[in-house]
Amino acid sequence: MLQLEGLKVDLGAFVLRADLSVAPGTRAAVVGPSGAGKSTLLSVVAGFLAPAEGRVLWDGRDLSGQEPGKRPLSIVFQDNNLFPHLSVADNVGLGLSPSLRLSKDDRARVAQSLERVGLHGMERRRPAELSGGQLSRVALARVLLRSRPLMLLDEPFAALGPAMRGEMLELVQDVAAETGATVLMVTHDPRDARRLGGQTILVAEGVARPPVATEALFADPPAVLRDYLGPD
Amino acid sequence: MTSRLTRSVAKEDIMRLPVMTAGLLALAAPAMAQDQPVLRVLTYDSFVTDWGPGPQIEEAFEATCGCDLQLVGAGDGAALLARAKLEGERSEADVILGLDTNLTADAAETGLFAPHGIDPSGLDLPIAWDDPLFVPYDWGYFAFVHDTALEDVPGSLAELAESDVSVIIQDPRTSTPGLGLLMWAEAVFGAESEAWWQAMADNILTVTKGWSEAYGLFLDGEADMVLSYTTSPAYHLISEDDPTKAAAAFSEGHYLQVEVAGKLAASDQPELADDFLEFMLSDAFQSIIPTTNWMYPAKVPEEGLPEGFDTLIEPEDALLYPAEEADEAREDALAKWLAALAR
Amino acid sequence: MAGRIGPVARVAGGAAAVLVAALTLGTLVAVAMRAEDAPQLGPADFAAIRFTMLQATLSALFSVALAIPVARALARRSFPGRGLLVTLLGAPFILPVIVAVLGLLAVFGRNGLISQGLMLLGFEPVHIYGLHGVVLAHVFFNLPLATRLILQGWLAIPAERFRLAASLGLSPRDVARTLEWPMLRAVLPGAALVIFLICTTSFAVALALGGGPRGTTVELAIYQAFRFEFDLGSAALLSLIQFAICATAALAVWWVDLPAGFGGGLGRVTERWAISGPGLRALDALAIGLAALFLLTPLAMIVAEGIPRLADLPASVISATGRSFAVALSAAVLTIVLALSLATLALGTRGWKTGAVEALAVLSIAVSPLVIGTGLFLVIYPFADPISLALPITALVNALMSLPFAYRALAPALAEAETVHGRLADSLGMRGWARLKHLILPRLMRPLGFAAGLAAALSMGDLGVIALFANPEQATLPMEMYGLMASFRMEQASSAALLLLVCSMGLFWVFDRGGRVRAAT
Repeated sequence: MLQLEGLKVDLGAFVLRADLSVAPGTRAAVVGPSGAGKSTLLSVVAGFLAPAEGRVLWDGRDLSGQEPGKRPLSIVFQDNNLFPHLSVADNVGLGLSPSLRLSKDDRARVAQSLERVGLHGMERRRPAELSGGQLSRVALARVLLRSRPLMLLDEPFAALGPAMRGEMLELVQDVAAETGATVLMVTHDPRDARRLGGQTILVAEGVARPPVATEALFADPPAVLRDYLGPD
Repeated sequence: MTSRLTRSVAKEDIMRLPVMTAGLLALAAPAMAQDQPVLRVLTYDSFVTDWGPGPQIEEAFEATCGCDLQLVGAGDGAALLARAKLEGERSEADVILGLDTNLTADAAETGLFAPHGIDPSGLDLPIAWDDPLFVPYDWGYFAFVHDTALEDVPGSLAELAESDVSVIIQDPRTSTPGLGLLMWAEAVFGAESEAWWQAMADNILTVTKGWSEAYGLFLDGEADMVLSYTTSPAYHLISEDDPTKAAAAFSEGHYLQVEVAGKLAASDQPELADDFLEFMLSDAFQSIIPTTNWMYPAKVPEEGLPEGFDTLIEPEDALLYPAEEADEAREDALAKWLAALAR
Repeated sequence: MAGRIGPVARVAGGAAAVLVAALTLGTLVAVAMRAEDAPQLGPADFAAIRFTMLQATLSALFSVALAIPVARALARRSFPGRGLLVTLLGAPFILPVIVAVLGLLAVFGRNGLISQGLMLLGFEPVHIYGLHGVVLAHVFFNLPLATRLILQGWLAIPAERFRLAASLGLSPRDVARTLEWPMLRAVLPGAALVIFLICTTSFAVALALGGGPRGTTVELAIYQAFRFEFDLGSAALLSLIQFAICATAALAVWWVDLPAGFGGGLGRVTERWAISGPGLRALDALAIGLAALFLLTPLAMIVAEGIPRLADLPASVISATGRSFAVALSAAVLTIVLALSLATLALGTRGWKTGAVEALAVLSIAVSPLVIGTGLFLVIYPFADPISLALPITALVNALMSLPFAYRALAPALAEAETVHGRLADSLGMRGWARLKHLILPRLMRPLGFAAGLAAALSMGDLGVIALFANPEQATLPMEMYGLMASFRMEQASSAALLLLVCSMGLFWVFDRGGRVRAAT
């Protein structure tokens, strides 16, 4: 279980507070107005930003001071998820060994995970030779291979078309199901939140609210969310 | 070794460092792993190049001494004394070869040199020699060298300054011929030398760091004359069969350069050093000098001078300051030189 | 959390900083401590200081001013052979000084091409010796560098801006005012500073072409103090003054960033509109043509004079070439290690510390090689035989001389790699060697290739420090070339010069090209 305990992030111009917990296996969308601090929230969980106060706990264990790479999580950014100078296989292989010392067995697992995300036989390609959707698939293949219990997605599919986004969300759900991971996904689009199912964390007015059931939230949105969503 | 989050470096990566270090150290040539005693002679670079006297002399001396003769270049001639001073008494060198008479007083003053104990009679120098610390091995007259096609070749320093002839000289601060010309002017003009340098200002095309640059520019046709030695045309005649280079004979006389060697007092091979100084005046050494260093041998070998040397001009008056006077005159002469030409 | 660097990186960076400081300022202190008398500066020294600043300022201004039209023309014109031309135009900068001077004189000397042409027409030959000759030579050396820096600035203007300007119907003059002038204002001071620093320590050029003691630079005054007077105190003081001149110049342009990205790709051409008028085309053709003529003719003369005796170069020249390669490659490796360590350290520090690291990296060029060499000699002498260490020491000091360029090429690229990919690497736990190997080095291939090539080429032609530690059995190619000259063998020396030119250019080309090819993605 992920717990954010009395968290306060101070970025000078703005402050974000959070006091919430996310149950294991939850798929939670993180929604809210631009600049409200959705990505900041993920950065704190991932370990890129240190909170001014409070703690991030995983299964009751304090993660403070732990390096991003050591935390029990995988993160997918909006872009720059792949090193352009490495092959697809190496980019995925980094999930097994950060120094890329891969055994034959490891290589086979990389190929398997690529096949699993629909990129069979593309091991040798460079990122520049792939489409936007394929880039996302490679990143997800690595998440699959790392098999960490928490998956953070920071608007990973924002640049994809609606149909492709749908496919990717399905893939995310599959990966999460396979690894049993808890998912936090930042998104702008309420449809994405709905498609993900599960719960939603609303980030607005300097506070990340505890997750509530997505359908219920959108059925009766609070004022800030209504303003953000605009008239239907 | 360099990244934002370097918390640990794998063991095998650390292993790479010694390999690199070893590679660098391998560049440092050992060159002294022999049982024979080593005699180290510090000299100027051009003495030890393949085309200088060095290789032949090393071979000849090693044939008799049962030692390893190491000739070590220390830059150009002007750098030699500074190098000896830098090394001081801890110097590994046993002999310093290549100082000239403009520097011997200064060198003697350091107290680094020991008497040579060699009888100076029988030397073929244009002057008498009685220096207890330094033994001459070759000598030459400074002279302005020109192409024989040059018309109206000046016949004296004074005429040169009056003429339109362009010359390239060397900087006295960085080169021994440059310093030689400084003393030449001083010996000829004395108190009037500054005026002569002023008159020379429009003749001097440029002043180079060393002899090589000056001579190279001259051969490229940049100037009519270059400051060099009366013996320089012998190279062109003997090695290149080219009779078109000549040295101009000047009526005031020519300043002499006597190149000497001295034994360092702190040498750990004093006897070998003595042997080397003796060897220096032998035919074996002296016969190598004329066609490698292109200077006159300090003691003409039995077979005489090589053919071609007889064509060289022979100045009637050899000018040379005694060592102490040269040392005293040096700084004053440089100040005048700077004042006359810096305008 | 930028600014976090690991302990190994911190130690490496700290060690590099200490080493550079010890080599630059430490050697100066070693020389000063050995001095017996208090330093005395005379009028001649002040004249040297004035001349140094005058020639360096003029050289910097002319180099930069002349580079602007050339860079602009190269930025907006594409033509066959452009890539080759850009590479060749870089040649003078990596040329050994004496080779370049001989090449220049073959064109501008009294017996050079121009003078011969003039005399055929009944005019007086050109007189190159004097302040103008020194400036001419420095422009020859540094015009390529200035062009490269400014071209970099031009190519850094996003193509979209030019598209926007075209869509708004801006004339070339308007484009110059709104887009190009602001870029130049940012780039020019830094470019001028770099060239000023290089010219300040000039010695051989100033002496050969200065026409006499009028052309005495501070570096030559340092030589005089050493050689003629053996006055180590004055030598140290003059060296300090030289350093102070450079530091003052650096402070004077502190408010602008020093030019970055020496190593960036210059292969592309910015797509431009409204520049196809015959007047502008002619202007650009003229700029490129004149620059090529000015820079390439002396090179051609070196080649022409070197070819005849190339086949009968003595065997010792060949072994010296091998030694020079070893020194050059070691210098390249050392340069990269130092520059990368310092750049990493700078990335991990803030405020004045970052400034100190950058200053250290850039100002290492301002210290007299003679003082560094002598200081090292004094420091090493009690412990080891400096002569047996001649080649490693030469490699080390050469690395120091190339450090400013390598640092300026690598630091921005390193910062960018960390900005763009640092989080991903963090999230995957890539640290230490793994991060260096799989993130930093691959992302920095281009500037690494450039920096290594530059360091190797500059080291190949250097004669500065090796002369002090010289050992004939370990002669390098430049020493060998001097040896040939000193033995009257000027024609063979010309061939050795050509060999040196080919080796320097070859090393630069191989590294630079290698970096670019491997950075293809």
